[in-house]
Amino acid sequence: MKENYPLVIIGAGPAGLAAATVAADHGVEVALLDEQPAPGGQIFRGIEAAPDERADKLGPEYLRGEKLVSAFRNSSARYYPDTKVWSLSEQRDIGVIHQQQAHMISAEQVLIANGAFERPVPFPGWTLPGVMNAGAGQILFKGSGIVPADGVVLAGSGPLLLLLAWQYLRAGVRVKAVLDTISRGNYIKALPKLPSALLVHHHITQGLRYQQTLRLAGVELHNGIRDLQAHGAESLESISYRHKGSNHTLETDSLMIHFGIIPNIHLSQAAGCDHFWHKRQQCWRPELDEWGSSSVKGILIAGDGGGIGGARTAEHAGRIAAFRVLYNLGVMNQQEMHLEAKQDRKWMKADLRIRPFLEKLFRIPESMLRVPHDDTIVCRCEEVTAREIRAAIADGHSDSNQVKFYTRCGMGPCQGRQCSQAVAHIVADQTSIPLQQSTQFRIRPPLKPLTLGQLASLYPDETE
Amino acid sequence: MFKRLDESPPSTVTVVINGRSVVVPQGESVAAAVLAENIGHTRTTPVKQQPRAPFCMMGVCFDCLMVIDGIPNQQACMVQVRDGMRIERQHGSGV
Repeated sequence: MKENYPLVIIGAGPAGLAAATVAADHGVEVALLDEQPAPGGQIFRGIEAAPDERADKLGPEYLRGEKLVSAFRNSSARYYPDTKVWSLSEQRDIGVIHQQQAHMISAEQVLIANGAFERPVPFPGWTLPGVMNAGAGQILFKGSGIVPADGVVLAGSGPLLLLLAWQYLRAGVRVKAVLDTISRGNYIKALPKLPSALLVHHHITQGLRYQQTLRLAGVELHNGIRDLQAHGAESLESISYRHKGSNHTLETDSLMIHFGIIPNIHLSQAAGCDHFWHKRQQCWRPELDEWGSSSVKGILIAGDGGGIGGARTAEHAGRIAAFRVLYNLGVMNQQEMHLEAKQDRKWMKADLRIRPFLEKLFRIPESMLRVPHDDTIVCRCEEVTAREIRAAIADGHSDSNQVKFYTRCGMGPCQGRQCSQAVAHIVADQTSIPLQQSTQFRIRPPLKPLTLGQLASLYPDETE
Repeated sequence: MFKRLDESPPSTVTVVINGRSVVVPQGESVAAAVLAENIGHTRTTPVKQQPRAPFCMMGVCFDCLMVIDGIPNQQACMVQVRDGMRIERQHGSGV
């Protein structure tokens, strides 16, 4: 690994791969840093290694990744797998762990393409073994061909629930139920957005196809569920929920949950980029211009890390950001940049037409985000409950960081990745300070676990 | 409980999970390997000694911390299996 690159890209999902390929094809020296052992990101995870029969079960959208990955492999971009980024500064100094060694490298341009993760929504029992994110279930399927043994339940809200249930069904897994929080109110609010969404009908027709296949297979599909809870002593034994005014219980040892995805903004926060609360997507996202440039010079963001748009949009956004990088590096003039980006802009605009519909339909009920049950563990690492957080706020600790200092919520190994959203919702609810004006946990490096030895190896002169 | 689909892996390695030798596909994550073995929880928590298992599988939740080759607090979902690797359940903070 060199000490300086014209362009460093972080993340090898659709945005990172597309951007790296474009930049490399224009003669720019690119280093692509990836936490994973192989390119594809989460969406195309394991695409190079998955046996044909598995890839076939995962469906056509998954197979789209093959083209993207092979174009990247055929480019001159340097690929660094198993490489974690533990710091990113405003000056574009990048702390990296590669082959167990810590390095500091720098770049003239940095493209953050590290995607999104599943929105953590704490509910009673969500820490029990047997409860897992649906995205995690999909990673097990894509990467290892591992699936629930029998009678899995999928619950929460979002298109991923239907997709994963459909994929499980194709793999011969018995799916007990798919439970979504979508309410009648969501339908009514989403309806005016439907005509625009139908212009990119492949998403909608796919969703309907999944639903129909699941129904025909006898899978219980319910919308408008509330008060989801997981029960068990050492691991999951059953789940309960409310539906149409009555309580229901289902026995299962496997619950896959999903409440949409949110941008992974730890790196952009650490670098000092400006962020804002996006009401429709119910998450924070970085302030970006039409090229993906952040508020910090030389740092661009593309893909779901810049706001949720899905895999196809991420690919276009990656290429658009790459054209901007080529302009910033003096490889292209302004006219060429605009011309090159035109086609991707057109496709991206079309692909994004479905988003307002999805955002209204799959909007997570605010009542759930505020963690209504006092006994629910909000901070999975430090095991802090909603009750303790509310008590801290009642004691006058009226913002997220004060709650953190007082309760240790967000101080564990995940560094608040799993609890920061819920804490912000609870604080906003109890202080009546809107989320748009609230503060977030301060993010400090190392963003990834770093041993003292690795840290010391960066400063050999001082440790002698 | 999890199961493996009926696929023939291209190659395998042997790891030791909680003292038991297990043959697993090369290249997969430790978290995947232990989930497929259905060993129940993979750690207990430091504060309340509660059982936990891998939750996000993508490196963000840190719930899959295990002792790998004697070193505690390893993210099992971010480490690939290696031949001869010893994988153990982590109790509390692991240190």
